[in-house]
Amino acid sequence: MRQLLGKHLLGVILLAFSSQLMAAGAGIPLDKAPVDLHDKESLKRGAEIFATNCLSCHSADYMRYNRIGADLGMSDEEVSDKLISTRGADGEKTKVGELMKVAMDNDYSKEAFGTKIPGLTVIARARGADWLYTYLRTFYLDDSRPMGVNNLAFPDVGMPHVLWEQQGLQKANFRTETDKDGNEKHIFESMEIVEAGSMSVEEYDAYVGDLVNFMVYMAEPVQVERKSLGVKVIIFLLIFAVIAYLLKKEYWKDVH
Amino acid sequence: MFKSLMSWVDDRFPATKMWNEHLAEYYAPKNFNFWYFFGSLALLVLVIQIVSGIFLTMHYKPDGAMAFASVEYIMRDVPYGWLIRYIHSTGATAFFVVVYLHMFRGLLYGSFKKPRELVWLFGMFIYLVLMAEAFMGYLLPWGQMSYWGAQVIISLFGALPIIGDPLTLWIRGDFVVSDATLNRFFALHVIALPLVLLGLVVAHIIALHEVGSNNPEGIEIKKNKDENGIPLDGIPFHPYYSVKDIVGVIVFLIFFSLVLFFAPEGGGYLLEHANFIPSDPLKTPEHIAPVWYFTPFYAILRAVPDKLMGVIAMGAAIVVLFLLPWIDRCKVKSIRYRGTSYKVLLTAFVVSFVVLGWLGMEPATPVLTLMAQIFSVIYFGFFIVLYFTSKNEKTKPVPERITK
Repeated sequence: MRQLLGKHLLGVILLAFSSQLMAAGAGIPLDKAPVDLHDKESLKRGAEIFATNCLSCHSADYMRYNRIGADLGMSDEEVSDKLISTRGADGEKTKVGELMKVAMDNDYSKEAFGTKIPGLTVIARARGADWLYTYLRTFYLDDSRPMGVNNLAFPDVGMPHVLWEQQGLQKANFRTETDKDGNEKHIFESMEIVEAGSMSVEEYDAYVGDLVNFMVYMAEPVQVERKSLGVKVIIFLLIFAVIAYLLKKEYWKDVH
Repeated sequence: MFKSLMSWVDDRFPATKMWNEHLAEYYAPKNFNFWYFFGSLALLVLVIQIVSGIFLTMHYKPDGAMAFASVEYIMRDVPYGWLIRYIHSTGATAFFVVVYLHMFRGLLYGSFKKPRELVWLFGMFIYLVLMAEAFMGYLLPWGQMSYWGAQVIISLFGALPIIGDPLTLWIRGDFVVSDATLNRFFALHVIALPLVLLGLVVAHIIALHEVGSNNPEGIEIKKNKDENGIPLDGIPFHPYYSVKDIVGVIVFLIFFSLVLFFAPEGGGYLLEHANFIPSDPLKTPEHIAPVWYFTPFYAILRAVPDKLMGVIAMGAAIVVLFLLPWIDRCKVKSIRYRGTSYKVLLTAFVVSFVVLGWLGMEPATPVLTLMAQIFSVIYFGFFIVLYFTSKNEKTKPVPERITK
């Protein structure tokens, strides 16, 4: 009875921890993002894509430029050339030790897009890599929206399709279904490229993949180090556990 | 040399006396099992939280405009700041895990029964303060879940008649959760509540050492002493249980490290996804749920349709635990010698607590609300039925001595 109770309780506690992740946002199935934080070339490409396309409107102002350099193996000159395009109030080019701020001020963004533009440093931890990967690939033409596009993962999003030159413009095909209560539902069926971009579908997927990979890295730059330190700590603890157990056994020999 | 130094100290401060009373000559029953690790582990986690908390305080900024960024500053720019932060966030969960298992041990072996009622009461106050401590600490990262979680929980006090609204205003220091709230929660979290907690822990241990530890057999070892007044079934806490607890500490640290280094977000249950979005008073998150250790009580709250009655039910769910030593009237302590009724009741109670914990994390759909109502009834049913069945429970004879 005693053992049974023990096992039962532990089982339930483990179950509570391992149950499924909560899905964020709209109810479309998310595509799996190709995240590999050990692929530094992909991360470097992603950093450049991020700096060229995202950083003009979105800030990433918990992150410093030279942290990227240090983690991904880029020199200060390389970081400055490839990632920095802003200037400070004094007209000097932003230094590599500074935070990744954005030139656009928030009052303007509120006027232009109807909302405060979110910072992106930790967005991958809030939304998840798969959501970002799906979101950046599912913009479709929609005349009813102010920017002319809508998005499957983020319906009625305020952001324009910034990467349209790469992806091209696509049309979404929906099928209309009526459920038993008589409500019409639009169910997404397929995407159709109506104006080709500079990249093929595969090239664009890889391009967004690099970008998302970088954003996952940026959300928690220490991830790789964290896991490798963890392995060392646990190996140490396992050895220590054996020694501690032997010590305990030695002391307890005379307890009957 | 050392001896003369110690005697110099002992003439002025009872160092050796205290060492003996609480460690070297504190006789604990020799049959402690797995469940007896969690008391010392709770003490360990308390120390971990205090030490990691001190280092976090050196870098954190309790300011509505800077708090969120300062946490990310700790995660990035402070050397090993990420480690300290994850130790503290994982430590909060670990604290509740070990405390819940420690309390469950009390239920298994009747450790709350005479003469240990005060040990139980001090322990319950520790649990209560710990909940306040965790709740206030959760506001500090100043993310969306911090903000809206606090907003929801504080607004519960608003359900109280007459004093409700002024009370919530007094707690927040503002009409909504704001910079003023953050600042006072910081003060309470880093100094006021830890002081109370430490005092209660000392009281808990002093009360325990006054009456002596219970054990899985529920036998009072002080009833059988040798000619020197030493319990026959007792062994000195130090070195026997100190070396044994080291093993427990290391095994615990292995599990702790697995979460800390490999899953610090705990799949969104320990660090919630929405908490990586800075707090925004104008945008309510889609789904607000407290952290897992509060969810059983949150489920009870939501199970009751009326807000005030829900708050009362939630409060009662905690208050009733305080009364356990007087609700359970069975003289036999350990579940090993108690009747089937207690075994059935305790199993039902544990199941209801775990299921309520799960329900508290889920959105309230009609089916889940019905389930929450059923399991809330089981939760309270445990105490009500126990009060009647425990009086004349069919128990087995308890041995005089610890044989195993």
